[in-house]
Amino acid sequence: MNGQFVLLWSDALIWLIAIAALVLGLVSARQPQLAAAWRRVGRSRPGMAAATVLLAFVVVGLADSLHYRPLLAPAAGSSAPVYAVETLSLLDAIAEPLRSRNEKTYSAPLATRAFAKETSEVRDADGSLRQVRDFPRLRFGGAHLGADEDAREADVGARVGKSLALGLAGWAALLVLVTLWLARSEALTVAESSRRIRCGETFFAWNSVLATLGLIVLVAAPLFALCGDYHVFGTDKVGQDVFYQVLKSVRTALVIGLVTTLTTLPLAIFFGLTAGYFRGWVDDLIQYLYTTLNSIPGVLLIAAAVLMMQVLIDTHPEWFATAAERADIRLLALCFILGMTSWTGLCRVLRGETLKLRELEFVQAAQSFGVADLRIIARHILPNVMHIVVIALVMDFSSLVLAEAVLSYVGIGVDPTMISFGTMINNTRLELAREPVVWWSLAAAFTFMFALVLAANLLADAVRDAFDARLAGSS
Amino acid sequence: MIVDEHASGRQPLLSVRGLRTGFATGRTTLTAVAGLDLELAAGECFALLGESGCGKSVAALSLLRLLPPAGRILGGELRFAGRDLLRLPEVEMRALRGRGMAMIFQEPATSLNPVLTVGRQIAEALPELAAGAARERAAELLAAAGIADPWRRLEEYPFQLSGGMKQRVMIAAALAGDPQLLVADEPTTALDVTIQAQILDLLAALQAERGMGILLITHDLGVVARMAQRVGVMYAGELVEEAPRAAFFTAPRHPYTQKLFAALPDTERRGRVLATIPGQVPPLSAMPAGCRFAPRCEFAFARCQDESPQWREVGSGHRVRCHLADGQGRILPAEAAAASSGCAAVALPAEVSPPHGTDGTAATPLLAVGELAVHFPIRQGFLRRAVGAVRAVDGVSLSLRRGRTLALVGESGCGKTTVGKAILQLIAPTGGSVKLDGRELVGMSRGALRPLRRRIQMVFQDPFASLNPRLSVGEIIGEGMQALGVSADGQGGEGARAAIGALLRQVGLDPAAVSRYPHEFSGGQRQRIAIARALAVQPELIVCDEPTSALDVSVQAQILNLLAALQEELGLAYLFITHNFAVVEHLAHEVAVMYLGRIVERGTVEEVLGAPRHPYTQALLAAVPSPRLDAQPVPMRLPGETPSPARPPSGCHFHPRCPLAGDDCRAAYPAAVALSATHQVCCLRCS
Amino acid sequence: MLAYILRRLLYALPILIGVNVITFALFFVVNTPDDMARMQLGVKRVTPEAIAAWKAERGYDKPLFVNTEASGTGLVTDTIFFTQSARMFVGDFGRAEDGRDISREITTRMGPSLAIALPTFVLGLMVTISLALLLAFFRASYLDFWGVVACVALMSISGLFYIIGGQFLISKLWKLVPISGYGGGLDAWKFLLLPVLIGVVSGIGSSTRWYRTIFLEEIGKDYVRTARAKGLAETVILFRHVLRNALIPILTGVVAVIPLLFMGSLLTESFFGVPGLGSYTIDAINAQDFAVVRAMVFIGSALYIVGLLFTDLSYALVDPRIRFDR
Repeated sequence: MNGQFVLLWSDALIWLIAIAALVLGLVSARQPQLAAAWRRVGRSRPGMAAATVLLAFVVVGLADSLHYRPLLAPAAGSSAPVYAVETLSLLDAIAEPLRSRNEKTYSAPLATRAFAKETSEVRDADGSLRQVRDFPRLRFGGAHLGADEDAREADVGARVGKSLALGLAGWAALLVLVTLWLARSEALTVAESSRRIRCGETFFAWNSVLATLGLIVLVAAPLFALCGDYHVFGTDKVGQDVFYQVLKSVRTALVIGLVTTLTTLPLAIFFGLTAGYFRGWVDDLIQYLYTTLNSIPGVLLIAAAVLMMQVLIDTHPEWFATAAERADIRLLALCFILGMTSWTGLCRVLRGETLKLRELEFVQAAQSFGVADLRIIARHILPNVMHIVVIALVMDFSSLVLAEAVLSYVGIGVDPTMISFGTMINNTRLELAREPVVWWSLAAAFTFMFALVLAANLLADAVRDAFDARLAGSS
Repeated sequence: MIVDEHASGRQPLLSVRGLRTGFATGRTTLTAVAGLDLELAAGECFALLGESGCGKSVAALSLLRLLPPAGRILGGELRFAGRDLLRLPEVEMRALRGRGMAMIFQEPATSLNPVLTVGRQIAEALPELAAGAARERAAELLAAAGIADPWRRLEEYPFQLSGGMKQRVMIAAALAGDPQLLVADEPTTALDVTIQAQILDLLAALQAERGMGILLITHDLGVVARMAQRVGVMYAGELVEEAPRAAFFTAPRHPYTQKLFAALPDTERRGRVLATIPGQVPPLSAMPAGCRFAPRCEFAFARCQDESPQWREVGSGHRVRCHLADGQGRILPAEAAAASSGCAAVALPAEVSPPHGTDGTAATPLLAVGELAVHFPIRQGFLRRAVGAVRAVDGVSLSLRRGRTLALVGESGCGKTTVGKAILQLIAPTGGSVKLDGRELVGMSRGALRPLRRRIQMVFQDPFASLNPRLSVGEIIGEGMQALGVSADGQGGEGARAAIGALLRQVGLDPAAVSRYPHEFSGGQRQRIAIARALAVQPELIVCDEPTSALDVSVQAQILNLLAALQEELGLAYLFITHNFAVVEHLAHEVAVMYLGRIVERGTVEEVLGAPRHPYTQALLAAVPSPRLDAQPVPMRLPGETPSPARPPSGCHFHPRCPLAGDDCRAAYPAAVALSATHQVCCLRCS
Repeated sequence: MLAYILRRLLYALPILIGVNVITFALFFVVNTPDDMARMQLGVKRVTPEAIAAWKAERGYDKPLFVNTEASGTGLVTDTIFFTQSARMFVGDFGRAEDGRDISREITTRMGPSLAIALPTFVLGLMVTISLALLLAFFRASYLDFWGVVACVALMSISGLFYIIGGQFLISKLWKLVPISGYGGGLDAWKFLLLPVLIGVVSGIGSSTRWYRTIFLEEIGKDYVRTARAKGLAETVILFRHVLRNALIPILTGVVAVIPLLFMGSLLTESFFGVPGLGSYTIDAINAQDFAVVRAMVFIGSALYIVGLLFTDLSYALVDPRIRFDR
């Protein structure tokens, strides 16, 4: 994969978030309360199962966030390297067969023939041309079978069996490793450590993590074994592999879910804390600001803003070098617009909490030392509202992912050329009316979106329970 | 009546045998009450005494089977009027609640439903009556609970009532089912002393009138002395001593009980170090195997470590769970215990500081507050204009010299905390002056104020809210040094570290605590950290805002000792804001009594507490229940409650409640009358 | 009480003005009218004359805020801001791209929107509150646990799935009701049934869970313990004490959205072909009809502010502390 490295804006933000997460982890380790809260998250079995699933999504998303422009074969006579206009990602490189093996149009999952009959000319033995209406053979789906299409079931079965065996073996090896590691670090016998993992008596919810990993292996191994030579989830209208689309959608969903909150977090924190701490006219002004923004119904504000952004982008084509860049800026703009409509909620909560905190005696103690206001905010108030920020971050994620699908359907979502769950649904929803039904695109998009959102919701619950002192105290 | 049958048949109304109650946390159950035995006869008042976290409230809730969801009754036997409560199905238990036994709670503010009228909340305890009859009965009950104008109150919502009235409503609702037993869980802890006295009188009267048994849960020895016929002392989930009232107060036998008495501050121990109990109550998860008090007991011997003591009868109706009572170890009568617990006379700083009197007025006082006023505007109406003001502080004058302690005493809402904060300029005063060593603080810019801030510091009431949970102890103490540029002796990090270590040692903590976080410390230890934080900038004056009111008696004694020692060592001046007269008596040199934003009487401790002249001071002192048998105060009760500082009464603020008030009192606020060089009273009846 | 309402009303005015300024900035400052004209006319047909004509037709050829050429009041009135934004306060929204009067269109489309939104709202509220009460009554039991799990699963499903799945299952496979469309009169129920059902079902997850949390929070309070100590039955406590207090946060969250029901639901209406305000908005977005979108933003905000007023009033009705305080 020779090429020129390209850093899209959203890539930069995604990696920034990844680094920020690492830093937060390091800071948490030093702060006993935060560390304790995260340990409570680690003990939560649904939470850890959800985190495992999310981690799988994040790995896919991160692989899709390293972009480059591939090197083209140099034109005759010129020695300067020429790079393609098309921007590819690491994921594209790994999933090259998925990306490039396009059929003509719809085909069902694992099919060897197209979904619709086509008229083709067949030369008979006697040399005459005859028009035949039949399901044409796919160019790539099951092509390795050659003429022997009946062998498909056996082939699929064999591949699934082999991949499951391999996957489970790998999983078992991991299980043994974890057991041994636990036995070593806690100075237990191997039998005792395996019993503890099984019964969930460990400080970290190993049993649910391992079980979830097993489940992921059960799903992923056959998919990987088959996707090279079949279209496991079929193909869409223009013949693109649906499995590939699903993989690409993950990054879009992650960007929408994470970058949105990230871009608006500083705003919400700054305004919320200053309004609550200084009160008076500062508070009045900030309250007016967010009440006004809040009073425009979200969808309409987004619609208006996106429309205007479209005009802006369309009338200035010269700003963008590649289509990917344009789609990327549009995605970020969408994140920003979504964030503009959602920061008010967090801001209000932070303001309320700051109003309470500023009356606490430790803040007054700092004031009695003449500590500067901004320093009091940074040292005494901010750390004590961080748990609310973390909770808001994880709680918003799932609703944003869901919102993306709806907005893309309405036509005010991501760029139509950008693959996302929303565009996938939007492109094929009318096909449900066909006979027989084209269901696979929708089913794949909904299933993966459900898995992502459910995992995010479960993790959000675990995080909220662990960080919300009131809940932690009562249960 | 049934009650009489029980009394004559000598069958106790309530009998508890080996009650064990715990809380499920994850896979384990923590035992909060570990084997409670008690009997209560009909018409008797039994006080269950203990410090916070000893399990007394949990025990009370177990009796009514009202434990929170995680609570479990693990074993034992509960008998009420001959019925086994733990075997009753929930339906019958429900029928018993409210009718057989009723309960009132500590927080009247949250214990009433905010959106239902008072009448409804009482009437719903009378399901057998029709609506009209129920209302009539509810009004009767309110009247019985001492509420004037009950018919009007029936229509009101809890938020329209004061704290004392809410507790009366709670009592009225509890009386609705004509219960034989009233379980009162700290019924007066959230109330002011004058209101506490009213409520205790009411409970005592109702008990006598109705022959009702009362199980009184409290931490206050004074309340016990006022109310109880018999007393049980709880420690760490166990009952350790049980005695009739007289025996309890004259000859307590358990070392813990003896220590509780010795830790009480009062006049007799003035100028002495108070007895303290070393260490803290063990956590539920790590209870000692033998006697639970052994790790903190100075008389403990080998057997105490291994074997949990059994009940010993030491007098008629007086039993104790202590190996010492077996005749092993050193037996200590109450008096000997008090003497041996280190009540050595220590010179009170009073004796080393310059004698008060004439020369005191010549030298500039360290702190001089003149006509200080803090008004909070009340905004109302269409444009939120200020239509009036809450006169939280309304012309307060004080002066305090180096090395002395001035106690500012008053009930909640009188504005005493606001005075403290206004002196530190944490709240901008509306008027008046605050002079520190002759320099005016009011109106000074923040920058100009900063160098003066290191000379005056504050210790707050709630040790759990006054330390930032996210900072380490070292960071907390270092904050002031950093902000005010106090880098002790050695410059830089190493010097500061050493200075913080020294401070921690000074307040009696291990210097290794520097890198730990507040949540790892108990309330008393946190208050020590807060004191170290204030000391870090080497102040000359510390404003102490109720520094011990959130602490248990034994811990309070530790903090009071520490404050006294620091004053002697560093020559600090304290402005001590409190509502607790015992504490005032113990450590203050001068006293100022506040009522509704103004000081009504001030003078030396001997003058004000020994010979109070203002009727309010007299009533306040009379309302304090004394933890002694002999000295039950003359029943002088203040009627009514403190009016709102938004609409203080005309003339003397105190006249609506004052027994001596006449027409002249309504006319104008009385000027201060000097009774001696130091004693001033604002009362027309005192001149 | 009257002063309280008046003050609230007065407070709403600056917000409405703020909304107006924001929308104006969005529509006219981010992009110049020239850009919009170019966009609308398509890249090919763009000539300076065509742009000028397009602008003149809509009155976009004036200066934004200050008309230095006009005199007197014309200085501020003969501007885009005044002609386009200020007139919205009196309900004049101008014409859509297709030449129709937007205000007329809005009044005729309100009916169908309400016909779907109102039943969805009322039914949804009843269903979710009942379910939440049920879960709260059986708290800490298996029913509660699995109920919450089901709620989390339900709220993780995309709203699009409910609509697409519902249409596919009920209309296409079972052929119970028509897939989409709208009719007046007695037959209307046939068209309303499915969208209302789907609207209710898609809201169950999150609302039930939220109400349950509120109920549980109330159940943990001291006054509930007092009620138990009086010997009241658990159902009495739940309905007389808990529900009444929990209604305060629930109502205030719910009342705010009542006026917005007029706006209809974008998704439901466009999927079911209901000629309401929701589908009007979607069509306008797809056709890039700025005038309509702007009008809808303004109406939406105005309704939201009415909702805020309702919230304040309902607070006062439910909570005696506010009723008597002001």
